Amino acid sequence: MSDHNPSRSPSRRAQLGFVAILGAVAVVVTAKAESGGASPAHSALSGSAATPEAAPSAGSGGSGSGSAAASPTPSVSSGASSGSTASSGVRSVTGDTIDTRYGPVQVRVVMRGTKITDVVAVQLPSARGRDLEINSFAVPELRQEVLDDQSAQIDTVSGASFTSDGYAQSVQSALDRARG
Amino acid sequence: MGTIVSIDVRTPLRPERLERAFAAAADALHDADATFSTYRADSWVSRIARREVTLAQGPAPVQEVYALAEQCRVRTGGAFDPAWRADGTLDPTGLVKGWAADRASDALTAAGAPDHCVNAAGDLRIRGSRAVGQPWRVGVADPLDATRLVAVVEGRDLAVATSGRAYQADHVVDPRSGRPAVALASVTVVGPDLTRADAYATAGLAAGRDAEALLVDLARDGWSWLVVAAGGAVRHSPGFPGRVAAAATTGPTWPTWP
Repeated sequence: MSDHNPSRSPSRRAQLGFVAILGAVAVVVTAKAESGGASPAHSALSGSAATPEAAPSAGSGGSGSGSAAASPTPSVSSGASSGSTASSGVRSVTGDTIDTRYGPVQVRVVMRGTKITDVVAVQLPSARGRDLEINSFAVPELRQEVLDDQSAQIDTVSGASFTSDGYAQSVQSALDRARG
Repeated sequence: MGTIVSIDVRTPLRPERLERAFAAAADALHDADATFSTYRADSWVSRIARREVTLAQGPAPVQEVYALAEQCRVRTGGAFDPAWRADGTLDPTGLVKGWAADRASDALTAAGAPDHCVNAAGDLRIRGSRAVGQPWRVGVADPLDATRLVAVVEGRDLAVATSGRAYQADHVVDPRSGRPAVALASVTVVGPDLTRADAYATAGLAAGRDAEALLVDLARDGWSWLVVAAGGAVRHSPGFPGRVAAAATTGPTWPTWP
């Protein structure tokens, strides 16, 4: 795993965007792009350009996830970053709680400067066995999609679709909040 | 239908070009939605179902999807049947997700982002490479243990579709019997386009105990397949493009494998 690791390059970062189609289909856009010139801030958030167009149709869709629930108290906390990168602080932004067919989903995005360094599940459906099974897989996969995958050997997984709508919506709302 | 499509672009692009590529892919998905959504009264599918218009009056993509649906029905001996739940009214939406993902992939390539993965709720269209000189690596989820994989597919220009009943219980019905398909936990089909890969995986799951005969026949056309039986046994086509676990629930825990 250490023999090749292109994504360790600091110039790579994730982009998230998000549109809705087919009734209630969300699109998460993840890119690993060389930051040739533009600032990471622009790069990390520009993928969400499609969001305004998408928001209305997300709400009108037929799935249980639908539009975002009323926003809970936004939580934006900042702290000094450890180590040498004193200029870019670490902060975490909590996204909206999204109701999905399996229950509420809410995430917290941890950022160092403008780079996403972690995505933490704050709320996940936890009632029955099936939900737990779903989440034990969905969360690590989706978390990995959002993160700069520094060690992932697997790029993606076939045969997995669950609470991802809610997850993506919560991540997006956190990014919107971080930008604003 | 509610699902999620994620797009992962690895082609090094400046942000403005990357944004244009994303927008082109999103446009392709929006177009598919406007044309095929059964949730929209004004979509072509809805208007055709109400017999307000005929198929022949539809635009080229509509005719293409209906033709593909019919081809898939014939090719699978009826195991994939676009009309099975619509009381005689054609409902091609089982095919549309894969078709829309293929169109998004085309749009990305045309927009200068040929290295990408379009993930339509677990059905994938990959192109190019994950990094310079490296093929994409796609895990196939273990339908019996969602924390594990049963295979890792490697490739540069492939579609990988998995139909399983683990996550959407009984969502596939054998159109020939009208009963939920139960003999198999999941069917994965790998090939050149997601439209047909998705239809064939659905057909394989619906065919249950007859799936292997169908899949062996499809393999003659170059499609690769992998089946996990309800009891955990894993079978796959010769030359399946990747590594396969001996049986479901025995593979190492995601994501450290292999």
